[in-house]
Amino acid sequence: MSQIKFTKDHEWIRVEGDTGVVGITDYAQHALGDIVFVELPEVGREITQGNEAAVVESVKAASEVYAPVDGEVTGFNEALVDEPAQVNADAEGSGWFFKVRIANPAQLDGLMDKAAYQTYLEGLA
Amino acid sequence: MTSATTISGHQGLQMDEPLIFELDSPGSSGVDLPPPPKVKSRLGAVAARNGVGLPGLSEPEVVRHYTRLSQKNYAIDSGFYPLGSCTMKHNPRLNEKMARLPGFADVHPLQPVSTVQGALELIDTLAGWLKTLTGMKAVALSPAAGAHGEMCGMMAIAAAHEHRGGPARKRVLVPESAHGTNPATAAALGMTVEAIPATEDGRIDLPAFKAKLGFDVAAVMLTNPNTCGLFEREVKALADAVHEAGAFLYCDGANFNAIIGRVRVADLGVDAMHINLHKTFSTPHGGGGPGSGPVVFSEALAPFIPLPAIIHDDDGYRLIETQDDDDGTALAFGRMKAFHGQMGVFVRALAYSLSHGADGLYQASADAVLSANYILAKLKDTFNAPFEGPCMHEALFDDKSLKGTGVSTLDIAKALIDEGFHPMTVYFPLVVHGAMLIEPTESESKRSIDQFIATMKGLAERAKTDAASFHAAPTLAPRRRLDETAAARKPILKWKK
Repeated sequence: MSQIKFTKDHEWIRVEGDTGVVGITDYAQHALGDIVFVELPEVGREITQGNEAAVVESVKAASEVYAPVDGEVTGFNEALVDEPAQVNADAEGSGWFFKVRIANPAQLDGLMDKAAYQTYLEGLA
Repeated sequence: MTSATTISGHQGLQMDEPLIFELDSPGSSGVDLPPPPKVKSRLGAVAARNGVGLPGLSEPEVVRHYTRLSQKNYAIDSGFYPLGSCTMKHNPRLNEKMARLPGFADVHPLQPVSTVQGALELIDTLAGWLKTLTGMKAVALSPAAGAHGEMCGMMAIAAAHEHRGGPARKRVLVPESAHGTNPATAAALGMTVEAIPATEDGRIDLPAFKAKLGFDVAAVMLTNPNTCGLFEREVKALADAVHEAGAFLYCDGANFNAIIGRVRVADLGVDAMHINLHKTFSTPHGGGGPGSGPVVFSEALAPFIPLPAIIHDDDGYRLIETQDDDDGTALAFGRMKAFHGQMGVFVRALAYSLSHGADGLYQASADAVLSANYILAKLKDTFNAPFEGPCMHEALFDDKSLKGTGVSTLDIAKALIDEGFHPMTVYFPLVVHGAMLIEPTESESKRSIDQFIATMKGLAERAKTDAASFHAAPTLAPRRRLDETAAARKPILKWKK
C-alpha cells in the first residue's frame, strides 16, 4: 500500500516500494497561479533532502522544488515539459514531477501525513 | 480584445494600432526613385529570390505608426511610475542637453585617444564621484547594467580567490531579502547558492550566516537597503565575519538611491557593489534608455577589476587596454565589454551629480525616503504593512487586508491602470504574500503622491463591495487583461502572414 507524505515547503512524496513519486501540493499550485514552466532533474542525479531538485515557474514567480528525501532520480514526468498546466489541473496526480529511489527511508518519518499537513496549512491561513 | 465598442476600434483619439506588417499595402513607398538602370546581374545564385518581405507604406503612414506606438509608452514623463525596486525617477532635461553635445554624442570608441581627451576626462571624473560617494578604492565602469555589474563583481571575487590559492571556494550565501538576480549571478558563474531565510522583521539573520560561513564560502551577496525596503543594520558585523572566513562581501547597490550621500559603503565593509546609474543617477530607463552598472571595489579587490582602465598622468588621459605591470593592471581579470561602457549614460550621470552637487544628492536620498514613508504612514491602516516602519525608499504592503474580498494584488494593479497610474511592483519580494512594492522616488510632488494614496484608499474601499469590477479591470486601457499564461506558455516571437 502506498503512503503519501508532505513537506513544509509544500512538496508531496508518494512511496511505492523503494521509489518515491514527488510533486507539489494542490495548495502550492494554487498559491503559485498558472504554471508556465517546469524544470525537472535529469535521471541519475543525486538529490538531497531540503535542497533544490526542480524549478517551477508561474506567471507570478519562479520557485524551487526541494527534494523531500535523499536519493537518486530515476525518472521524470515528460508530459509536464509541454503541458505544465497539468500541475494546475492535477497537482497531486498526473502533475507529478519526478521519481526518486529513496536512499534513507527513515527520512520519511520526519515528514507530515495528510492530516498533519492539513493542520499545518490551517496554521498558515 | 480591446475594450472599445467603436466601429473603428479606436477609442477617442487613442488609436488601435496594428503591427506594421499588417499595414502592408504592396507597392506603397515613402520614396520616389527612378527605375534602376538595366545592368547584367552578377549575383547569380545569391540573388534574393523571394523578396525581403518589407511592408509597403507611405511616409505619413510610417510616421503615424511610430508616433502612435510612442504614445502608448507609459513613462515617467507621462505620470506617476511607482515601480518598486526600479527607481523610476525624473531624468532632468539638462542631462539630455549635455548628452547631445557633439563631443560626447558623436565620439566613436575606436577614435584615437588624443581626440577624445574630454570624453575620457568625463569618465574619469564620474569615477571620482562614485569612489567618493562610496568611499571605495576602485571602480569598473564598463558593466552594462545591474546584473552585469553583479557578474563583474563576482568575477573579481573569483579572480581574487584564485590568485590567493588554496582550496576552491564555490559556495555563495544569499539572504532571502536580496534581489533575485543575486543568486542567479552566482549560479551563472558555477557557484552553489545557499539561501538564508530572513528574520521575522525582514532582515538578514546574522547567527544563521555565521553558522553557514566556512572556508569554502566565496562570498556573501546581499542587497542593502534590502528588497523589503529595509536597511540591513548588521552589515558591518556580517562583513567582519565574512572577512574572517576569508570570503568577500558583495552588496547589490540597486537601492543606492535610499542611502546616497548618507552611507559610505566602504564603512560597512563591503568589497564590491554595483551602482545602477540608470536608476540612482537619473537617465531614462525602463523601456527607454540603456542601463549602466559600474562596480565599486574595496582595496582587496581593486587589483582584479576588469579593463579598460583610464589613467591620468603627464601625458593626459590614457586608456589601458591590456594587463600591464607598470599600470597596475597586471591582475585585471579581463573585460566585461568590448569598449568602455555606456557613454551616453555616463554623461547624464555626471550631469546629474554636478547639477545636484554633494548637498543635492544628500537631499535627494532624504526626499526619496520621506516620500516612501509618507505612503507607508498614509496607507498602513488601509493595506497591511508586513514590516514595522520606518522604511527606506520603498513602501511594502501584503494582501492580508484583501483577504475575503475576492480581490487580489494583481486585481489592484490592473485597476490602477484604469486610474491612470503605472502599477507598483507586485508579488515581489517573494517572501511577502501578495506583495505590493511602491517606490515613489524623490521626483514626485506631494500632490501626485496624495492623488495616488487617495486612489489606493478608494480601491480598497471598492474591493469590499464590488470585486467583480476589479476582475474586469482594466476597462479603460487600449487592451483589457492580457493572457499572461498563454504569453508565457506559447509565446509568438515572430510575425507570420
